[in-house]
Amino acid sequence: MGALGKPIILMVAMYVFLKFVLPYIPGSAPLPSSLIFLYLILTASGIVIYETLSGESKDAFWGPIQRFLTGENIGGLQALRYGVLILFPLLVGWQTYGSTATSDLPPTESRTIHPAPPGEYTGLVNPVPKTPENIMQGKGFYAAFCSPCHGGNFDGKGPAARGFIPAPANFADPTTIAMLQESYLFWRIKKGGVGLPIEGAPWKSAMPRWELELPDEWIWKIIMGEYDGAHQSPRTWE
Amino acid sequence: MSAIQQERETIQPSLRADRSHGGWLASLLLAAAWLALPSIGVAAEGTGAGPTEYRDIPYIGSRNLVWIVAQLHLLLAGFVLGVPIFAWLCEVIAWRGGEKRYDKLAKEFTKLLTSAYATTALFGGILLFLLVAFYPKLMNYLTDVFFPSFLLYCLLFLLETATLYLYWYGWDAMQHGRKKTLHVFLGFLLNFFALFIMIVPNAWATFQSSPVVISEGTAFERAWAATWNPTWWPINIHRLIANVVLGGYICGAYAGVRYLSVKSQEDREHYDWMGYVGNFIGVFGLLALPFAGYWLMREIYQYNQQMGITLMGGFLSWLFIIQAMLIGVLFLGSNYYFWLGITYRIPGSEAKYRKAMLWMLISLLFCLAVWMTPHSLVASIEEAQKMGGAHHPLLGVLGVMSAKMTVSNLMILITFMSFVMYWRAGKQDTAGWAKLGKAVMGAILVLASIAVIVLGVWGYFVPAIVRINYFSTSQVLIVIFVILTITPLTALLLKSAKTTTEMVWGSMPPRAGYSLVLNAVMVILLMTLMGYARSSSRVHWHVYGVMRDTSPYAYSPALGSASLIMAFCTFFFCILVAFIFWVATMGDKYKAAGGTGKGELPHGIPAMAGGAPDENQKG
Repeated sequence: MGALGKPIILMVAMYVFLKFVLPYIPGSAPLPSSLIFLYLILTASGIVIYETLSGESKDAFWGPIQRFLTGENIGGLQALRYGVLILFPLLVGWQTYGSTATSDLPPTESRTIHPAPPGEYTGLVNPVPKTPENIMQGKGFYAAFCSPCHGGNFDGKGPAARGFIPAPANFADPTTIAMLQESYLFWRIKKGGVGLPIEGAPWKSAMPRWELELPDEWIWKIIMGEYDGAHQSPRTWE
Repeated sequence: MSAIQQERETIQPSLRADRSHGGWLASLLLAAAWLALPSIGVAAEGTGAGPTEYRDIPYIGSRNLVWIVAQLHLLLAGFVLGVPIFAWLCEVIAWRGGEKRYDKLAKEFTKLLTSAYATTALFGGILLFLLVAFYPKLMNYLTDVFFPSFLLYCLLFLLETATLYLYWYGWDAMQHGRKKTLHVFLGFLLNFFALFIMIVPNAWATFQSSPVVISEGTAFERAWAATWNPTWWPINIHRLIANVVLGGYICGAYAGVRYLSVKSQEDREHYDWMGYVGNFIGVFGLLALPFAGYWLMREIYQYNQQMGITLMGGFLSWLFIIQAMLIGVLFLGSNYYFWLGITYRIPGSEAKYRKAMLWMLISLLFCLAVWMTPHSLVASIEEAQKMGGAHHPLLGVLGVMSAKMTVSNLMILITFMSFVMYWRAGKQDTAGWAKLGKAVMGAILVLASIAVIVLGVWGYFVPAIVRINYFSTSQVLIVIFVILTITPLTALLLKSAKTTTEMVWGSMPPRAGYSLVLNAVMVILLMTLMGYARSSSRVHWHVYGVMRDTSPYAYSPALGSASLIMAFCTFFFCILVAFIFWVATMGDKYKAAGGTGKGELPHGIPAMAGGAPDENQKG
């Protein structure tokens, strides 16, 4: 195997790490295959780049592959060569078939989490003054209407959360509401899942259309309560 | 239907009359009629009731045709406006420093420019005709707003063309004394006019995205208000830098292809060096490009939240993952080329720098992995269930801007250090302060990297506005500070350094040439990708919020079908550039073949065919 051994070991080690080690780190979860594939491609690219930096390393790396595929008098490896030459196209064919054949499984999703809001909601400013009383009131409304799903700790882990896929948003995560302006939250709360725009479908949101039950003022107060409770700040331009 | 009926009525009697002339004539006419059928499809909407608003073309569709022609025009224009910048700089270096090879290089760049210039204008003309034909209502509106700048553009085009002719045809005649000064001034004028030729149409395009409309005032006042719209200058700066990057990498690819095919050692050396210069120019621009892109996106977000989210969080957000991949390949390709240069051009340096290259490579790949990790992952239902949604609980944090900005800054730092490493290779410091100088540079680099990472992590815990306005800006300033400190320090160190190994040009392996071509293709793909992103961010508006697109094409094409057009534009542009370069160098090849004769060349095997100077010398 020579110089080929290290790259093979590295690829296997990387796969084992991504598939069997990373998911078990506290707070982690199994990686989707698309991400594992991406990281393995990067690893393979790195190996090829490094091994072809000089003539010697290139020959040491490609030499065994070339000899295995085209060399003469390779002895017992001859059978393996034919095995690879037959199995490799079959593997490609199987992959192609697998990705195009009809299946009873739903297709892999590339869901867009933040659709663009309608024009009338952009640039809206929260009309409710940011007083401690209003924030407290907002938290109260939140506890009554939102916490069953989004959680009393604003972490998306309310008692009803386990019934939903995808899970309700975790507001304490700095990559959710902290990235958005208050007007965006106002739109999402007011219109709910059914009010999402058609572009970027498929939408999957069980968010109720709160405009049917809550006045605008309450929604604005809930937004203030959410940001305060989750220890986040809305995106602003000033 | 009535048109088909009418056509049938005209064709059939003619066929009956011509039957005596034989079947071939009938077949010919039938074929002509069949080919003419699409003309029925070139339908004009709005006929009858009012003025025509749209026209269409069958099969390809008016929108796709305009898209392709506009993209090709833009790519050609990027090349034509980018190349004069560094062609002129090369000429200035030759003029002030006396190195003739820079003058030869500048002339070669300009030769490519002259042949590409006419094609750019041709595509510009086609684009204009198509726009007027397919979108008369929109063009009428834009003409009404921008009429004064249309006139200015025509004038600029005349001046640019005249200057280019003088610059190119006067090259040999204006080589010495005051004439050379005049020639250098002409080069400056060429760039001056080129800058305005770029920024005037940028106003038209950016007006469509972020319009400023005033109903009162003179035609000039209205045009000026529309020109000075919120995204005009961010686009101007972004395109200016991107044009330099495109031009650099395309010239690099040209040199790479020539390097792979030339047979003499002298030519190999020349094209190896030209490839190096092209790659250097590309990298030099690439280092600044993410900053300009960030500024542009910030302005778009600030101008309109809806447009910003459509681009960065909505359905176009996947484009930025592809963008990360393309930029990543570009960074890898450029660094790979530097590292190959250290190994092959500076014999003996590989052993010294191989470990450093490995760590740089690992860091680059790690940064790229972060940059390419999407916030919302592509996952099956089962996978999403296990993750608890589309976000990975641990890696999801890599999907937002704080992480992306941090790794892009680190990649810029690594690439800069690759260049510094290449610069220093084969030289031994002799200055008394060398040790201290290197320690200072090392400390600056380490502290800067730590500061960039700390700001990136901290960015998660502060309000978005603090991150955008202060942290991200500070990261950029830190990187600029590193570049501005280490460059003069290295130059000072190398001034007194002893050259231990002379640079050997023309000894690069064929894969170096291929990596130059790969870089050029990546840049072209990137530009087509961003062209689609910029246009699609307007969604169903011709002029955002002002003039709605009411044609049947008032929808954003899906990313898959858009990528087909992008790939076609990239492929066709490459073919076009190859043709232009082939035409441009036809005369030289003829001269070279007539001068020495192919059989007499000292090292007759091109690099692409495995020929390398070492091998030939051994033989």
